[in-house]
Parts: sequence; C-alpha cells; structure tokens
Amino acid sequence: MLASFIALLKRDLTLAARRRGDWLNPLAFFVMVVTLFPLGVGPDGDLLREIAPGVIWVAALLATLLALDGLFRADYDDGSLEQLILSPQPWSVLVLAKVLAHWLITGLPLLCLSPLLAVVMQLPAKALPALLASLMLGTLTLSLIGAIGAALTVGLRRGGVLLALLVLPLFIPVLIFGSSSVIAASQGFAIEAQLSLLGALFMFALVLAPMAIAAALRISSE
Amino acid sequence: MFRWFHKLASLKNFYRLAEILLPWLAAICAILLVVGLYRGLFVAPTDYEQGESYRIIYVHVPAAWMSMFVYVVMAFCSAIFLVWKMKLADIVAEVSAPIGAAFTFLALSTGSLWGKPMWGTWWEWDARLTSELILLFLYIGYMALRSAFDNRRTAAKAAAVLALVGVVNIPIIHFSVEWWNTLHQPASITKFDKPSIHISMLIPLLMMAVGFKLFYIVNMLSRARSVILEREANTAWVTERVKENRL
Amino acid sequence: MKEFFAMGGYAFYVWTSFGLTFMVMAIIALGTRLQRRRVVAAVTRRAQTESKPDAREPFRE
Repeated sequence: MLASFIALLKRDLTLAARRRGDWLNPLAFFVMVVTLFPLGVGPDGDLLREIAPGVIWVAALLATLLALDGLFRADYDDGSLEQLILSPQPWSVLVLAKVLAHWLITGLPLLCLSPLLAVVMQLPAKALPALLASLMLGTLTLSLIGAIGAALTVGLRRGGVLLALLVLPLFIPVLIFGSSSVIAASQGFAIEAQLSLLGALFMFALVLAPMAIAAALRISSE
Repeated sequence: MFRWFHKLASLKNFYRLAEILLPWLAAICAILLVVGLYRGLFVAPTDYEQGESYRIIYVHVPAAWMSMFVYVVMAFCSAIFLVWKMKLADIVAEVSAPIGAAFTFLALSTGSLWGKPMWGTWWEWDARLTSELILLFLYIGYMALRSAFDNRRTAAKAAAVLALVGVVNIPIIHFSVEWWNTLHQPASITKFDKPSIHISMLIPLLMMAVGFKLFYIVNMLSRARSVILEREANTAWVTERVKENRL
Repeated sequence: MKEFFAMGGYAFYVWTSFGLTFMVMAIIALGTRLQRRRVVAAVTRRAQTESKPDAREPFRE
C-alpha cells in the first residue's frame, strides 16, 4: 500500500517537473495578485500592514484554486484515472497521494514565496512564523477540500468557474482561521487557538475528504 | 418498516400519495399563513425595545429556519440516494434546491431590511447574516453543478456528493463565522439574538414557521410529481392515467 | 387604520419585508403550477401522437 502510494507520488512529481507551467503559473499569479493591492489602495505602509494578512491569505487561496483545475485533468484526459480506479489498491490512499503530490508542487512553492510577499506588504517580521505555519496547514486543507470540487468537475469541459463556485464557500473557515492567526501574531497576541483550529480542520479534511474525492472521481469517470 | 419504505420509494405510489395529501396540506398551509399573519400584524403587541419593526421577525425567522431545513432535507435525500440508489430521494433533492435558495434569499433580504432601522446600515457583517450569505453560495453551487451535466444520472450523483460535503461543512462554517464575528466586533449588538419574546408574539411566529414549512412541502411534493410524470412518461401507469384523463 | 399602516414609522421596512416575502412565495407557487401545466401538456401530447404502442420511444435517461 505504501509502495503504491510512493510510486504514484513519484510519478506525479516527475510529470510536474516536465510540465513547468502547471506549478509556475499559479505561483506567478499569487505574486501578481498581491502586487495589485498596493497599486489599488495606495502605497501607505500602515494601511498595507493592516490588510497584509488578509491579502496574502486571499491571494494564496485563489492561487490554490487556480492550480486545482489541473489536479485530475491530465489523468482524466489520457485515461489513467480509470486505470487508477480499477487498481486493487485502496482507492482513497491513491487519492491522497495525488493530493499530496499536488500540494508539493503548488502549495509548497507558495509557502516558500510568502515571506517575500510579507516583506512587500510591510508585514512585521514577528508575524512571519504565524504566516508560514498557517499557510502550511491551511493550503494542505485547501488542497484536500478543493480536490473534491476538482473531482466533481473533471468531466466537464468548462469546469473552471464552476469549480470556484463549489469550493470557495467551503474555503471560508480556513481563510478565517488562517488570516486571523497572522493578524493576531502581528499584534503580538498568542496564536495557539487559531493554529489548533486550523490543525483540527486539516485532520478533519484528511479523514473525510479522500472518501468524497474517491466517490466523486468514480462518478465523474463513469 | 422496510416494506413500507420500499413502497413509498416507488414513484407510482409516491405520485398517488402526494396527490391525496396535497389539497389537505395546501389548505392547512393557507390557513396557518393567514391566521399567523393576522395575529402577527394585528394581535401581537408592540415590542417595547424595537417598536413595530420587530414584526419583520414573522417573515425573517421562518425564512431563515427554512433555509437551513431545506438544505438538511437535500443532504438527507442525497445520502439516501447514494446509498440505496432511490430515485425518489434524488427528485426530492432536485426540486428542493431552488425553493431553499429562495428562502435563503428571503432571510437575507428581510434581515437587511430589519438591519437598516436597527443598526443604521443595510448590511452589517453580523454572524447570522454572513452565514446565511454563505448558505446561499452553497445553494448556488449545488444548482450550478447539477445543471452543468448533460447526463442526468451523473448530475444526480455529483450533486448528491456536493450536498453531503456541504452539510458537513455548514456547522464548521457557522462556527468559524461566529468566531470571526466576535473577534472583530466584540461589542456588536445582535438584535436577532433571543429577544425576550412574549407568548402572544411567539404563537404567530410558530404559526408562520409551520406555515412556511408546509408551503415548502406542498411545493416540493407538487414539483416532485411533475418531475416523476416527466421521467415516467413512457411507463404503463402513466399512459393509463393519461387515458383516463386523471394525471 | 392609518396608524396600523404607518407601523410606528417603520412602514417602509416592515411592508417591504412582507411584500418581498409574499412576492417570492408567489413566484415559487407560480413556478410549481407552470411546471405542472407544462409537464401535463407534454405527457398528454405525447400519448396522443404515440397512440400506437409500437411507435413508443424507448425510455431515455
């Protein structure tokens, strides 16, 4: 079981290394969206500092959403998804491998880039650990929840906007706890509560999302 | 028990049962709405804090209750549909969605109309209104997903999965929004929070609530009958009924 | 009576709320009726044009 998990993970990572656009484009999108805010609201440092947690979090959320569209698309188009469904391995474990691979190629680079954006948005340095920790837990959860929507819409020709409609409401709790942990940290408050709530959301998604994703993929590839 | 369940599940029996029930339910619904309105507008006393504006409660609260209730019905039917492949459950979920969305819209707009005199603004990021708004988004997503598929069976299954995912998330969303709200507005006054309600104010509220519920049931049953008729158009029992001119 | 319609100065909010609610409910009820009428008409029409049982189309999903 573990072997097939790792094999699938490796395969997806190798494929992603070949198709650079899949993970570079959402990353560029993330940077550009954040850049738009100082241009839109003015370069006033205090204002930027105040909105920075929300802006970075919303941008990260949208970048994750953008990357989600391609999560199962290629496998659906070339038929390897059906092969996976037919394989004797526990289906939800394989699904988990796919989501993890997807997070490694989209969520992790986003995480690495976020300190840079924090600097651009004048976020105080003491909020940086909170930003990284909340984005780490948060984007993992977003990938898991979003994968349900991606699995439901993979069979549709134009699933992009629909995917956003389906998953954005479900992203709201993650956004609330994520950005509020950064706000609290930048004001010098404790962030244990926010992080443990994010952790709880992650565990919850980790347990339930694979089942929903697996069911949705089965329906989509009928 | 199971046989009864099975019998009801047959579209033909459901069609017949709904036909018998509908006039009665519609009559009770109309009586409750009229009496509830009369008692709410004329008999119930004026609230000493909010004056006459509190009377919006008689449409706002039942609509808000129904918006949640209909989503739960949809999710429940979706689960039944996924587990037992019961067509009827899917039909009920399908016809419920637009009605539930309409109630959610009503809860939002009457909440906003109530908020204007109470808070001084049309929109306050109050926890309940925000949750209601997100619920509307969930309804929109559900209906959008359902209509995106050409194949009805795939649409039904995909929508059922989404409804279940949504219903699991509703408490989480509600909790997070409430938490967010207390964090950002520690001194917010939620006027919708349990007003010390007098019994003479409560009775019309309950009548309206039951009236709204029956209104949903009547429309849901009737719409489900139409969908059944459409889907079963080629079956013997429908052709029989067409011949006898009693659809 | 005039006093009743004034709703203690909140007339606009109260009456708009009630009006909107019953308008939306009327639209729902109307939608239900129209759907019923459309389906009944379609089924009847179909039964008339396909009076020969052999000509009946197979059930379409």
